[in-house]
Amino acid sequence: MTMLDDRPSEEATPDLEKKAERAESWRGFFTALPTYLFLVLFFVLPLVIILIFSFAERSRTGKPVLGEWTLEWWMKLGDPLVRTVTWRSIWLAFLNTLFSLLIGYPFAYWIATRKRAMTRNFLLVLVLIPFWSNFLVRTYAWRTLLDSNGLITKVGEATGLWGKMLFTEPAVFLGLLYGYLPFMVLPLYAAIEHLDWNLVEAARDLYAGAWKAFRKVTLPLSKPGIIAGSILVFIPSLGAYVTPDLLGGAKTTLLGNYIVTQFKSGRNWPFGATLSVTILAIMMVATVIYFRKGGRTL
Amino acid sequence: MTAAVNIQGVTKRFGTDVTAVDSVTLDIVDGEFFSLLGPSGCGKTTMLRMVAGLEFPTEGSIKVFGEEMALRPPNKRPINTVFQSYALFPHMTVQQNVAFGLEMRKVEKGEIAKRVAQAIETVHLKGMESRKPTQLSGGQQQRVALARALVNRPKVLLLDEPLGALDLKLRQAMQIELKDIQAEVGITFVYVTHDQEEALTMSDRIGVMDEGRLLQVGTPEEIYERPVNRFVADFIGETNFIEGTVVEPGAVKIADGVVVHARGEAAAGTDVTLTLRPEKIAIHERDCPTLDPERNRVDGTVTRQLYFGEALYYEIEIPGGALIDARLENIPSLKRWAVGEDVTISFHRNAAEALTS
Repeated sequence: MTMLDDRPSEEATPDLEKKAERAESWRGFFTALPTYLFLVLFFVLPLVIILIFSFAERSRTGKPVLGEWTLEWWMKLGDPLVRTVTWRSIWLAFLNTLFSLLIGYPFAYWIATRKRAMTRNFLLVLVLIPFWSNFLVRTYAWRTLLDSNGLITKVGEATGLWGKMLFTEPAVFLGLLYGYLPFMVLPLYAAIEHLDWNLVEAARDLYAGAWKAFRKVTLPLSKPGIIAGSILVFIPSLGAYVTPDLLGGAKTTLLGNYIVTQFKSGRNWPFGATLSVTILAIMMVATVIYFRKGGRTL
Repeated sequence: MTAAVNIQGVTKRFGTDVTAVDSVTLDIVDGEFFSLLGPSGCGKTTMLRMVAGLEFPTEGSIKVFGEEMALRPPNKRPINTVFQSYALFPHMTVQQNVAFGLEMRKVEKGEIAKRVAQAIETVHLKGMESRKPTQLSGGQQQRVALARALVNRPKVLLLDEPLGALDLKLRQAMQIELKDIQAEVGITFVYVTHDQEEALTMSDRIGVMDEGRLLQVGTPEEIYERPVNRFVADFIGETNFIEGTVVEPGAVKIADGVVVHARGEAAAGTDVTLTLRPEKIAIHERDCPTLDPERNRVDGTVTRQLYFGEALYYEIEIPGGALIDARLENIPSLKRWAVGEDVTISFHRNAAEALTS
């Protein structure tokens, strides 16, 4: 007892309470410090550098000349070529998101409504299997499929429905759809699997047919999955590089390739930086709009 | 009398080895408050879901006011359900929840507004129309679920343990309110519960279920006073079981030299179980001279006393070794008994029921 009595009182006073809370919040800060440092070093700092580059003159080798500032690169965004590439990228990313949703939703729904957990897990593994091999390798495989002697081309020619698609926009679209479909299926699956099926039964009990119950209850309640999946597909599609590089041709350049060109053969780092900032801005604006819109209408 | 719901030989099997409901035959009368009572897993909820159309029977017929419904989808039945978890649509307001059924049936807009307002008023939720379910208390959610079903004016309303999630005080208040609402709207209520007290106080009739079978159907009084078997006697209220043998119809020997009168038609020589409710037993001092000779009397010894506030329970060992609980109201003049004291218990000739199964 005496030992306890000698210790300073731990009775609470407003001052001591604040002190204790401050100590708690410092502990939290130190826990997160490594992550903060990492993000500042490898994300915020490079971003700031890119932003600075976009206002710099370029040297003869294409590198930015710090100290000589210009708005030339930002004006250049109005060039017809840049606008075409930007719109094409947005259009393909949008199309890819839409089709991923149209294909992914029924599939995710089907998986999520299998009764046995074993079956569900097995089907989920099937969705994930493509990730076991390298994306580059898989895209090369598509190249073979879509080339003159490729299986898809042969089928198209035999049925007279399509010809060789390699190096065209449809090829890039197929590649993107293939690449990012799992990112749509997984969040949709999670959302549908967590649905309270009592609500669907309640809708059926209240005179809704199967389709009406889906439209009025299942679909709106799986909205979080739709939003998450759409963002996960739209953003990487917008910045895609490998797919358009391998499956597309010169006429299907997307923003990702265009940026790479600026840094390499184009010898224009400042303009590449400007485009990078632009693509980031588009992604942010699109995401915000989507969240806002999704919150109201879906 | 019309049967609101006519259930004929209904069986529900899940897979090959699970029989959830086993050849149930039952008539539910128009306008009555009918309860399906039983322990969890007894098949009462499956039975209710089959009436709702959320589950289809493996065999049998379910008619609602004479019309066959057994395999009809739920949206085509004149029946609505109040779900155990309420199942309110979380993305809709109270107003939208209540209007859902009418909108699905394409009722005219003005009519919807009128009926929704009326239903919300019936369940005392005026002013809450634009709230979301998450902004309501459990009791309020329960009322929304009720309004959402009643607004459609179903021919039969099904309620699946609707008060299970509420605390005791609120549950008791809602029991009274549910009864009042039922009297007001005059709709047949089919109520599923595992709470025997709830079933006794609310129902016009009760059907007791166990292991998929319907064991007994009757008024609360019939079920409580004249249970048909040991399960019903045990499940409804508290009771004592005493093993015995019938010596002549209406007289049962429970130990050497101890014969008591009991109801039941079992023939002489049959082994029976007597069920005797604790509150029907009186305790007297041994050889009490004023004891009514018409009453059954058994000598015993007090082995335990339990204080319950409104009542006291005495456990008494009787010849043959059975331990009998007697419940005595805690009235001011109550005579207390000491553990170890020799006493005589008495009960009315009609108090005990002789069960053969």
